[in-house]
Amino acid sequence: MATAAQSVPGRARTFLKNVRAGDEIAYLITFVFAASVVLITAILVFELWVKSGASIHKFGFNFLHTSTWDPVNDEFGALPFVYGTIITSILGLLLSVPLGVGAAIFLSELAPPKLSNALTFLVELLAAVPSVIFGLLAIFALVPLMRSFVQPWLISAFGWSPFFKGPPYGFGVLTASMVLAIMMFPYIISISREALIQVPREQREAALALGATRWEATWDAVVPFARLGIVGSVFLSLARALGETMAVTMVIGNDPKINASILAPGYTIASVIANEFTEATGDMHLSALIELGLVLFLITIILNGLGQLLLMLTTRQGTAR
Amino acid sequence: MLILWRKTVNGVMLTLTGICAFVTASALFLILGYLVWNGGKSLDWNFFTKLPLSPGELGGGMANAIIGSAKIVALAALIGVPVGFLSGVYIAEFSGKAMANVIRYTADLLNGVPSIVIGIFAWTLLVVPMHHFSAWAGGFALSLMVIPVTLRATEQFLGQVPLALREGALALGASKWRSVATVVIPAARTGIMTGIILGVARVSGETAPLLFTALNNQYWSKGFGEPTASLPVMIYTHAISPYEDWHRQAWAAGLVLLGLVLVANIAARMVLAKGAASQRG
Repeated sequence: MATAAQSVPGRARTFLKNVRAGDEIAYLITFVFAASVVLITAILVFELWVKSGASIHKFGFNFLHTSTWDPVNDEFGALPFVYGTIITSILGLLLSVPLGVGAAIFLSELAPPKLSNALTFLVELLAAVPSVIFGLLAIFALVPLMRSFVQPWLISAFGWSPFFKGPPYGFGVLTASMVLAIMMFPYIISISREALIQVPREQREAALALGATRWEATWDAVVPFARLGIVGSVFLSLARALGETMAVTMVIGNDPKINASILAPGYTIASVIANEFTEATGDMHLSALIELGLVLFLITIILNGLGQLLLMLTTRQGTAR
Repeated sequence: MLILWRKTVNGVMLTLTGICAFVTASALFLILGYLVWNGGKSLDWNFFTKLPLSPGELGGGMANAIIGSAKIVALAALIGVPVGFLSGVYIAEFSGKAMANVIRYTADLLNGVPSIVIGIFAWTLLVVPMHHFSAWAGGFALSLMVIPVTLRATEQFLGQVPLALREGALALGASKWRSVATVVIPAARTGIMTGIILGVARVSGETAPLLFTALNNQYWSKGFGEPTASLPVMIYTHAISPYEDWHRQAWAAGLVLLGLVLVANIAARMVLAKGAASQRG
């Protein structure tokens, strides 16, 4: 290195340096900002970990599988919230995946391009609707509808099973799941559609040439090819649903009990944080709420990572067997 | 016989997917229609000019929440856009591949953090040391959601600028940063602007990160250091309240908020579509 520097004449070296100076400064400035993004994310994880330390230390793993939530006596078990979060998201997925994937198939395979573009535009606008607006509509439109029509009907038809027992409150797990389902549509549709569009033409043409009907070609040749991408879209939507706060908080009924009935009120991790954080009674309560945040963070990160990975795999090679 | 069966399945399933698509797309119209109907009934001039009244009193408006939202979102954009944009420029133009992957992954991670957790973070970082809720904390929380969107949009659209343009600039003797600043970035301007508008529009409707950062305020807040009202939080508190007149206000606020968000979205997408068309042509 030293000999190389000496072999260049001094004047040329400073000249070179001056030319490069602009680049070096631009490089440095942009690098500092990019590094700050990494830094702030690291601080986020660190803060969540440190601030929930008291709760992690006191309750350990019991935090996740006991169900006493008693701020007065500083006893905290998060099971009802974990249960509520998972059950609402899973129910939401069950409602939205068939509809969403069906719609994605229609948009990518069957609809004429103009119609497909128009519908995709509408679906993307649906993704832009703030969650508090979904909550507002759910409280004043969906809840009365559930209370006076859907839930009484479910109770009279399926009331014999433990899943549909109890009075029709309107508020509750099922209502929250339906709101989540509507909110997940846009993600499932637009990501699955992307995955389907990327399936090579030959895949369709080969199936059609073998005499398959349009539907058989789609279902047996195109959808399997894109299935990783579709599963990826489900994971990404699930991550969104788990962390969804406002719309769920407004309609789930906010009751920390585990009920077999999906008509009963429940509670989710995000809702309890939203409701109790500013009124936390003590340091341990606060710490427990932050630990809930940490749990939620970890679950969504893992699901997001898996979803992104699956999407990357589909875009790279498809799912050809 | 088999043929007939296959044709029937074909027809039925194709129709079903069509129904799926129309059901989901019509959800937007239902939402819009219901909101316009209820919001339209409730919206009046007072909404834009008056302060909220205490429960039980009729009338009043949300002027402070409109200004408060504007303050918080402006703050979020002022912090988030430059950070996201410059970081995007870094990974698209200056960094090595490994570094780009690290930052891209971090941005995706940040983008996936539930908004309520962002709120907790802003609370520990700003509200606790400052000892009170403030627009600063709210703006900071939202800026964390603007950064990843801006970053990815910048990176994506800079990556689409043809190599020939860069080479042209370099061949004319421009230094690397001159070519990036005067040739590459202007070429990607439309796309980047669209991404930024979409990102800012998205955070302007966020409620959860504001609940314990900006909190809420029934009155005007001075500067950025006081608890600040915002439209999304107002909608939330008014909707879950038991008062009829507050519900009316919530509908009006919902209409205004959704109107702003949708207009920003539609405008951004139109600009992008136009830009893409002119580039191709």
